[in-house]
Amino acid sequence: MSIVIKNGRVIDPASQTDRVADVLIVDGRVAGVAPNLSSPKAEVFDATGMIVAPGFIDMHVHLREPGFEHAETIESGSRAAAAGGFTSVCCMPNTKPVNDSATVTSYIVERARRKAVVNVFPIGAITKGSAGEELAAIGAMKEAGAVAISDDGVPVMNARVMRRAMEFARSYDLPIIQHCEDLNLSGGGDMNECANSVRWGLRGIPAAAEDVMVARDLLLAELTGARYHIAHISTHNAIAMVDYARKHGLAVSCEATPHHFALSDRDMAPYDSNYKMKPPLRSARDRAAVVEAIAAGTVSAIATDHAPHPGSEKMQEFERCPFGIIGLETAIALSLQELVHTAKISLNRLVELFTTGPESVMRLGRGTLAPGAMGDVTIFSTELSWTYDVNQSHSRSRNSPFDGKIFRGGPVATVVGGEMVWQRG
Amino acid sequence: MSAGLLGIEELDRTEIEAILARAKDFQPIQSQTVKKLDTLRGKMIVNLFYEASTRTRTSFEIAAKRLGADAVSITASGSSVSKGESLVDTLNTLAAMRPDAIVMRHAASGAPHFLARHLPTPIINAGDGTHEHPTQALLDARTILDRRDSLEGLRVAIIGDIAHSRVARSNVHLLSKFGVEIVLCGPASLLPVELAQLAPGVRLTTDIREAIGDADVIMMLRVQLERQHEAAFPASEYFRFYGLRLEHLDLAKPDAIVMHPGPINRGRELSSEVADFQRSVILNQVENGIAVRMAVLEKVIG
Repeated sequence: MSIVIKNGRVIDPASQTDRVADVLIVDGRVAGVAPNLSSPKAEVFDATGMIVAPGFIDMHVHLREPGFEHAETIESGSRAAAAGGFTSVCCMPNTKPVNDSATVTSYIVERARRKAVVNVFPIGAITKGSAGEELAAIGAMKEAGAVAISDDGVPVMNARVMRRAMEFARSYDLPIIQHCEDLNLSGGGDMNECANSVRWGLRGIPAAAEDVMVARDLLLAELTGARYHIAHISTHNAIAMVDYARKHGLAVSCEATPHHFALSDRDMAPYDSNYKMKPPLRSARDRAAVVEAIAAGTVSAIATDHAPHPGSEKMQEFERCPFGIIGLETAIALSLQELVHTAKISLNRLVELFTTGPESVMRLGRGTLAPGAMGDVTIFSTELSWTYDVNQSHSRSRNSPFDGKIFRGGPVATVVGGEMVWQRG
Repeated sequence: MSAGLLGIEELDRTEIEAILARAKDFQPIQSQTVKKLDTLRGKMIVNLFYEASTRTRTSFEIAAKRLGADAVSITASGSSVSKGESLVDTLNTLAAMRPDAIVMRHAASGAPHFLARHLPTPIINAGDGTHEHPTQALLDARTILDRRDSLEGLRVAIIGDIAHSRVARSNVHLLSKFGVEIVLCGPASLLPVELAQLAPGVRLTTDIREAIGDADVIMMLRVQLERQHEAAFPASEYFRFYGLRLEHLDLAKPDAIVMHPGPINRGRELSSEVADFQRSVILNQVENGIAVRMAVLEKVIG
């Protein structure tokens, strides 16, 4: 089994490569990156005019299996990932049951092995049932395949529990990922606290709800020496604090989602639950700060927080609708549109944000096209014109605010372990 | 989306003036011995109330009947609502019975807006969460105009729990469109600073004396501190700092009127003396409620 991807512009920040070349993959691993490569039995893909990059990693998705298969399955989510140009995804533990034990972790690993078309790496829970009280079986989950721990969806509110969790994470050399939200401050809010929340009579979530937990956790990260990662950062104050902590040598990092750098609370359609997520779409100032932090390197990775919910759950009164939107299939296009076409970052930086960036946090052993590396490749175009039709999504859910959007640039083909798993039709 | 009445914000000045003028036509009918017209004969109106409300529901029901329409009222308890049926399913069921309009009260802001996107039947918002209560603002404007030639240049103080008040929001939108100077007043925890951006001409203050100073109209809001589930303001202190008392009225214009959407809490947001004060127009508001709702029903269905 071999495949040669010909004449693309190969961008591999890990090996400081940026040139037109062929990529040859033999038996699931990169055999070489050079001009005029060929192999007698290799399948040939012509990537002329396209970008050929190491397989993109989405370090934050919700695949909903086990327990919420009406919203997504490991199979359907992995197909959406492939169609979005991702070859690896890390799935959050808020399933039913919560992934807080080696049994559930093993189940996900096994289901992924049989059903998924991309690599699936489970993230284990920090606390049992993600209830924020008693630590989960972190070491056993790591042995079963967990690559990080997080109670994503809910924060660990108790500072003492968080401190202990950070100490355990450090013992097992796992990153600990926090959904930063002080639940007392966010108290039942449905959108960012802003002029529109007041206008529409919706309860607001102040930016301070995120900021106070980021501040607390950075102090705890200093205390414990843990590798601490902030999921979906969305406020300018949180970014300033992460920047400060990194400059002072703390092992902390953060990710940003495409919706937080593409939209602000001013872009919301009133009472449209496809704009309802946590953290909420923030102010224009916060959005600009996220873009700047991506350009400056404070943000290590772009992650989608792909959060499928079936139509029946999103077709309710706004305050009853669950939080979250799907994002795997629009991530590259939104990143090109908001970051590259606007000249905020280079294409090389974009590729970093989807490869070496998440790899530096999660240590999956991926994210490069160096010889011998896993044969995961993302092929995308910066110019292709296409329209996102959410009804054609590979996800089981349809909750996206980007339905009908016309994009310039997007994924073209996805190769996992040397096998073409998706190609734009 | 079908044309109903979801809020004041979307209306322009001409549309509001037309409703208020039509309501004036309907005022004399309220005191006639025979109060019934046949403007909407054969039409069917469903009042769907997901929140208890005696006065608004009754007011809409009477307005419909005085126009000759049939009105059916459904309250949340004792219907499929309490059997776990979703809002969309309930409304689809009702819409299939082909009413000419659905009057709806719901505790969730935006609930009627969400439904209007999915239903062919015109929806009249009778109060959605903490968002809007358009007919209340219309009847308030009608009540002011019964005592003033114009809204232009008036100074109106709205006092109380502004943060959670749909009455305040609808009134701000309406009054602002007519060049009224609006002062919103309450404790800071119930007066988010973003309210100043709600519409042109809005000012905020936490001082009730400043709010009342030189006012033509004082609108008091119902305060339900016990329903807020949080320490937004100590209930025991509310009347002392934000309750309206007779001595406050000396600060306002000599002919200033006092309004309240009801039901009033004597001794909570206003003293008993103020409630019974000669320039308190609270019962006129109730009476105008029917005339205004007749005008709205006629506009939406007629």
